[in-house]
Amino acid sequence: MRTLFQFHGGVHPPTHKTESTRTPIAQAALPSKLVVALHQHVGNRAKPVVQVGERVLKGQKIGRPEGKLSSAVHAPTSGTVSAIDMQLVAHQSGLPDLCITLIPDGKDEWIAHSGVDTTQTPHSDLRHLLRKAGVVGLGGAVFPSDLKADAHHHKITTLILNGAECEPYITCDDMLMRERAADIVSGAQVLRALLQAEEVLIGIEDNKPEAVAAMQRAVQDGKHQGIEVIAVPTLYPSGGAKQLIRILTGIEVAAGVRSTEMGVQCFNVATAYSVWRALAHGEPLLSRIVTVTGNVDHAQNFEVLLGTPLNELVAQAGSRADTSKHIMGGPMMGVDLPSGTVGITKATNCIIEASPALFPPPPPALPCIRCTRCAEACPAELQPQELYWFAKARDFGKTQEYSLFDCIECGACAYVCPSQIPLVQYYRFAKSEIWQREREAQAAEVARARHEYRQLRIERDKQEKAEKLAQKEREAAAKAAAQAAAVPTPLDPLAAPDDTQQLRINEAIARAKAQAAAAQPKNTDTLTPQQQAEVAEIEARRAKIREMAADSGADDEPPKSNQG
Amino acid sequence: MISALLVMVGISLLLGAVLGYSAIKFKVEGNPLVEKIDAVLPQTQCGQCGFPGCKPYAEAIAKGEADINKCPPGGEEGIRKLADLLGVEYKPFGEGAAPKAKAVAFIDEQTCIGCTLCIQACPVDAIAGAAKQMHTIIAAECTGCELCLAPCPVDCISMLPIAEDITNWKWRYPLIPIQAAA
Repeated sequence: MRTLFQFHGGVHPPTHKTESTRTPIAQAALPSKLVVALHQHVGNRAKPVVQVGERVLKGQKIGRPEGKLSSAVHAPTSGTVSAIDMQLVAHQSGLPDLCITLIPDGKDEWIAHSGVDTTQTPHSDLRHLLRKAGVVGLGGAVFPSDLKADAHHHKITTLILNGAECEPYITCDDMLMRERAADIVSGAQVLRALLQAEEVLIGIEDNKPEAVAAMQRAVQDGKHQGIEVIAVPTLYPSGGAKQLIRILTGIEVAAGVRSTEMGVQCFNVATAYSVWRALAHGEPLLSRIVTVTGNVDHAQNFEVLLGTPLNELVAQAGSRADTSKHIMGGPMMGVDLPSGTVGITKATNCIIEASPALFPPPPPALPCIRCTRCAEACPAELQPQELYWFAKARDFGKTQEYSLFDCIECGACAYVCPSQIPLVQYYRFAKSEIWQREREAQAAEVARARHEYRQLRIERDKQEKAEKLAQKEREAAAKAAAQAAAVPTPLDPLAAPDDTQQLRINEAIARAKAQAAAAQPKNTDTLTPQQQAEVAEIEARRAKIREMAADSGADDEPPKSNQG
Repeated sequence: MISALLVMVGISLLLGAVLGYSAIKFKVEGNPLVEKIDAVLPQTQCGQCGFPGCKPYAEAIAKGEADINKCPPGGEEGIRKLADLLGVEYKPFGEGAAPKAKAVAFIDEQTCIGCTLCIQACPVDAIAGAAKQMHTIIAAECTGCELCLAPCPVDCISMLPIAEDITNWKWRYPLIPIQAAA
């Protein structure tokens, strides 16, 4: 029996999990359209590679990853691309982002696909396949899995599979483990090989005995060595990566340190499942399990195609009329969705239909009485009351001194707060303000460097020009000297640059005059006698005018040479 | 009496030598305050402060020749930071110097005649183009300084405010009802 450890703090909110585990995972009906967001993962938005009107097959890539930190997006079913435009997406901002709208043709026709033998394929190829298949962390962080399944930077000894699923209401991982344990364990083996980890620990909260049993059975049936399924005590937030690592291994991951530096890597069980589907079956990430619960007639888990509009999904669970809003995620960390039209994304593990009866509006916040119950509950061992104080005062430097960025936004502090202060909202606000400042500081640094380089370049160009000019003048002077030596001229051969320049100007004027005198008007070659007479007459008139002008000019105008 | 004098003179010579040596050895190049002030300034190089760039303004502040409230792109927070750094009082912006929303320049490529005047005006080389070729703004490098607007002979440059999208979206300051006193 393995010794388990405890993390600091934690809370026991009502779990509400049984509602949605009564029936097996259902296949959600094919929706009337799919709104597939191109930014469903951490990193850069994928670039669309299809055209409006194009017919795509199920599993065909429609978004290409851009840059290293990005992931591919695929068509969840066969159909026609009807639009590539900005649509509301499942994001807390309520802002639109680029989406590909797909009208399914109902045939669900697969693109040619096949799996590989994961034991024979080189690891770099496997990682590349994961990237091509758009596999990202399905626990909520949606970090590209190919980058995580890389042991090049640190030696990994332990791979942890996170099946804790500590947040109330959510049961998608529970149901996945119950029904598809064999594939999860196979995926874990592939991840272990990629990471060259010695052991695999699968941590599951002990309020999911069926899942624990199913996983243990899968490990036994598959005769997998070095994989251990461990039931951990139910305590929110045991599903936080750092918390689960602490429980299973006793390792405390320090502030600002990644768990990989301590030899531990963590994956969600659903991610391991998609890794296996992607590699062994060649199926990209097209769907995920979503718990639909809360104010619905029959709460249930669905296997949902990515991009399925929220409204069409919740209707299948019998969303009630008095639903006031949709929460994505759980009640502790979830975010309100801006609209019912948004498509399901890779990050959507749960949809809670909220009604005023189920989630009464929070009572007005009272002043902080500094009881420090939040500090007792904080699993990251922070001082939430101090963080709240500084975030409220917009003293962001101080929040960072108090390790704001170690906050996992689990909401345990707000849950225990007797003054009902929405503490996490303050931390999120402070974090995004700090990120904004960091972005601005980086932009300023780039601008400063570019400006300084420009100044340097202008200065250098000026110098180069001056040098070129000096060089030319030296050459001209040398030439003039050579001429002076050959033909004696009244000019001083060692004249100053000014004189040489004047000389050149005079020469140029003389040349221009000679050319002008030599040039004949081209239309005077073949003239009739009558025309010649006309020309002569005009010339005579002009001469007369010139004469008159010369006379008057001498009288009342100063000579031209004095004007400039 | 003489020995006391000699001792004092000796000490003063020794200390003088130490001071003189350290003045040469530990000489600080330039004014470090200028660098600190420059680090606070937003580096838009817009010249709205009346100086040709952020560094000259920083130098003027360090010399005490310029006020700290002349930098609209830095915003009020910039003034506060400068006030903190220099140990002076916060000063609000003067008339007509209020900060504007962040924006980037945009060249209407239909109208652009390719005169390169804006390229010469851009302090951060954020305009790509050549003589009689269409110009365009490299939006990621544009600081929004507006220096390209004035030289354009065909007025084809406009400033587009930076719209909020998912990548630069921020959580808002929580506005929560505080219970009224009964």
